[in-house]
Amino acid sequence: MAAPALAIEGISKNFGGLRVSRDISLSLPVGARHALIGPNGAGKTTLVNLISGLLQPSSGRIALDGVDITNLAPERRVGLGLARTFQISSLFPSLTVAENVGLAFEARFGLDRRLWGRVRSRPEIVEGTAALLQSLGLLELARKRVADLPYGQRRLVEIALVLALEPKTLLLDEPAAGLAVSDRGALLDLLLRLPEALTILVIEHDMSLVFRLAQRITVLVEGQVMTEGSVADIRADPRVRDVYLGTRSHG
Amino acid sequence: MLKVAATVAALAVDGVAYGMILFLMSVGLTITLGVMRIANLAHCAFAMAGGYIAFALVRSGYFSLFTALPLAVAATMLIGAGLERSLYRWVYATGQLGQILMTIGLVFVVVATANLLFGSNLNAIALPSWLSQTYFYGSVTISAYRVFIIAVSTGIAGTLWAILEFTDFGARLRAAVDNPRMARCVGIDVPRVFSITFSVGCGLAAAAGILGTQIMPLEPWYALEYLVPVLMVVAVGGLGSLKGSFYAALMLGVVDTFGRYYVPAAGAFIIYLAVLLLLLWRPQGVFARV
Amino acid sequence: MAVLDRDTINAVREGFTRHRLSWIDTLPFLFAALMYFFAARYLPLGTQVMIQVAFALSLDLALGYGGIDSLGHVAFFGMGAYAAGLYALYVSSEPLSGLAVAACIGALTGLVTGPLVLRARGLTVVMLTLAIATMLHELANTSAMKPITGGADGLFGFKIAPVFGMFSFDLYGRTAYWYSLGVVAFVFIICKLVVNSPFGLAVRGMRDNPVRMRMLGVNVTARLVTLYCVSGALAAMAGGLSAQVTKLVGLDSLAFLVSGNALVMLILGGAGRLYGAIVGATVFVALSDRAAAIDPFNWLFAVGGVLILAVRFAPQGIVGLIADWSQRLGWVRR
Repeated sequence: MAAPALAIEGISKNFGGLRVSRDISLSLPVGARHALIGPNGAGKTTLVNLISGLLQPSSGRIALDGVDITNLAPERRVGLGLARTFQISSLFPSLTVAENVGLAFEARFGLDRRLWGRVRSRPEIVEGTAALLQSLGLLELARKRVADLPYGQRRLVEIALVLALEPKTLLLDEPAAGLAVSDRGALLDLLLRLPEALTILVIEHDMSLVFRLAQRITVLVEGQVMTEGSVADIRADPRVRDVYLGTRSHG
Repeated sequence: MLKVAATVAALAVDGVAYGMILFLMSVGLTITLGVMRIANLAHCAFAMAGGYIAFALVRSGYFSLFTALPLAVAATMLIGAGLERSLYRWVYATGQLGQILMTIGLVFVVVATANLLFGSNLNAIALPSWLSQTYFYGSVTISAYRVFIIAVSTGIAGTLWAILEFTDFGARLRAAVDNPRMARCVGIDVPRVFSITFSVGCGLAAAAGILGTQIMPLEPWYALEYLVPVLMVVAVGGLGSLKGSFYAALMLGVVDTFGRYYVPAAGAFIIYLAVLLLLLWRPQGVFARV
Repeated sequence: MAVLDRDTINAVREGFTRHRLSWIDTLPFLFAALMYFFAARYLPLGTQVMIQVAFALSLDLALGYGGIDSLGHVAFFGMGAYAAGLYALYVSSEPLSGLAVAACIGALTGLVTGPLVLRARGLTVVMLTLAIATMLHELANTSAMKPITGGADGLFGFKIAPVFGMFSFDLYGRTAYWYSLGVVAFVFIICKLVVNSPFGLAVRGMRDNPVRMRMLGVNVTARLVTLYCVSGALAAMAGGLSAQVTKLVGLDSLAFLVSGNALVMLILGGAGRLYGAIVGATVFVALSDRAAAIDPFNWLFAVGGVLILAVRFAPQGIVGLIADWSQRLGWVRR
């Protein structure tokens, strides 16, 4: 059997005396669409930070395609095919959309250490950016500065950024947060069109989006896994209704 | 052997006195950095301002060091509060670079003003006769002035500690240092706490400037001259940590004094190298709570 | 994937900002050339301007583009000055190789101190850069180093051979002037190349959002160290140039004021746009020469005041103001 795209084994994270993540285990096969839900403060973003390497776990291990990445620097994990988005879009506000996406291509091809030549005359950067922006329908934005874009469009640009990396595993931290309903439709369309071989772990509060996108769902409560199951299982689980769906209005 | 011990004792007193002055000078800065994250490179200018005001008062002949001290400290606190409400407010939101530039500008203005008013000579405030004596205990020579500095500074440090530990204001300040956002959420008026602390910090710096003139003589470039040691105290002690600053200042004072005496060829280089190594070892400060 | 047509690619290419060399870039050099013919009296001042322009350009690369808040850039300047001085004194009086040696020493200084400084963030960077520069200043002043650095007396008594073996340094400073202009042009072109390169784009990205940069798989500290080395090499060239044309290296070439003044020049002209360094340094040195001749401390007062007001009212500097106005008046399009 092939190694899972992403395997988390018994991860815990303590901040001082506070145990934010407790013995979490997850396994995502290649091409999985896995959602992570739970009330605010359940430690969902902490888990994404642990996987992407911005935080170091207190115990447990993380493997990507069977390779142990627990002690790897975040940038090295990206090199192994891991990419993520942030709850609040993390982009380069003073650069144009083309430059934002171009930077991701640069990083992927290892061109960011080139002190010579021009960005504009590197076909792999310019054409790659053009192709990606076209496929996402973002061509008109190419020359705009990110700082001048409305929030919904920044979201899409961030997804373009991570897609430019051609990741094997993608972590999406509340992609629909702060989006207008109309923008959510566009986002969902985009997410549903992503390549099938791409493994996705998504944190989301918007249940309609979760139920349409995910195949399996893990429910996290107070830093530990409460239950894991198929979409149907989770919908039917009364405990989930209590701890999460019942408190949705706070989200 | 006895002679060595006598030298060591004398150096230790010198070093501790210097360290205490550094501590008083850096208290305000470490709090400013800890609470508001304002890179205030003009902090030593307040020490200089206090020093010069007291110097002018004593020189006028109507005041002694002890009557001039509270007046000059109060005046500096007023100046500090006024600047905090005007110039510093401008740069709260500009980010670090804006703060650095504004406060460097302020240092330049203060240096020029000091030169205009007092000239470029080295100045020290005249001491009362009982303070300028040295006492001999066998082969040990102790200067009354340095013992006095240590006593007064210890008193101030103790008072500070008591205020922080036991008063309501102290509790609010500690909360604001630990987590400014959280403090704001629980209803602490962080800007007000900060204004008061800033002003008190200026006053403490002024006291250091006034008390220390025999060790650190007044001159127009004073504001820049002692900026680096004070920044080093704050950095080694850990931003926002009073206790850290205290230990760091004592350590710096003692190491620098001994280093200059025993390895004169290296001069002040030893202390900078030591600090650099300490900061590389613990970038968040040696005494910082992690 | 859909087939891309030329127009689409070109449209996207336009989305990448360019800083190409244009006719505007020749203006400062034309001006400098004109000055040679019409204001020969001021050639030594012009040479000082060029040294500071080169230094401010190097600082702009690190601070304006890379967001490295360096308060100790004088460390590079001073290292370069001492390197060039010692090279002329003990190895060879040939000037170009002297500058190359200075640049190498500058890059080396960046390579040694960079990994230590750039791991840190925020205020710690400011303090570490300041501490390193102060430490070098103290080191040069120690009696142990006096045989090498000359201590407070400085390094002097070295000669500089003619440039290219043809143009000897004359009393009127004509050769020094052209030589400095050449060095500044070289520094400027290097800056332009770096800014336009893929690395340059990555540097702007790191200033904007280092966390995102890491999450694109870029080793941010390593790239910043590279930038620090390039900037350090150029700053050291400025220091070396200063040593060669003044034939003196004093302790003040490691003094904080050199860093402080360069910061003022950069903020006055406008950081992060190269032209700002040129305009700022020119204005600053020209004014300070006039004012310092009259009263150095009042000049300091004025500099401080301008700095405070600039932070409040013109954070983009002179060039930023001009760019704003020309855009508002429709002279240029974005």
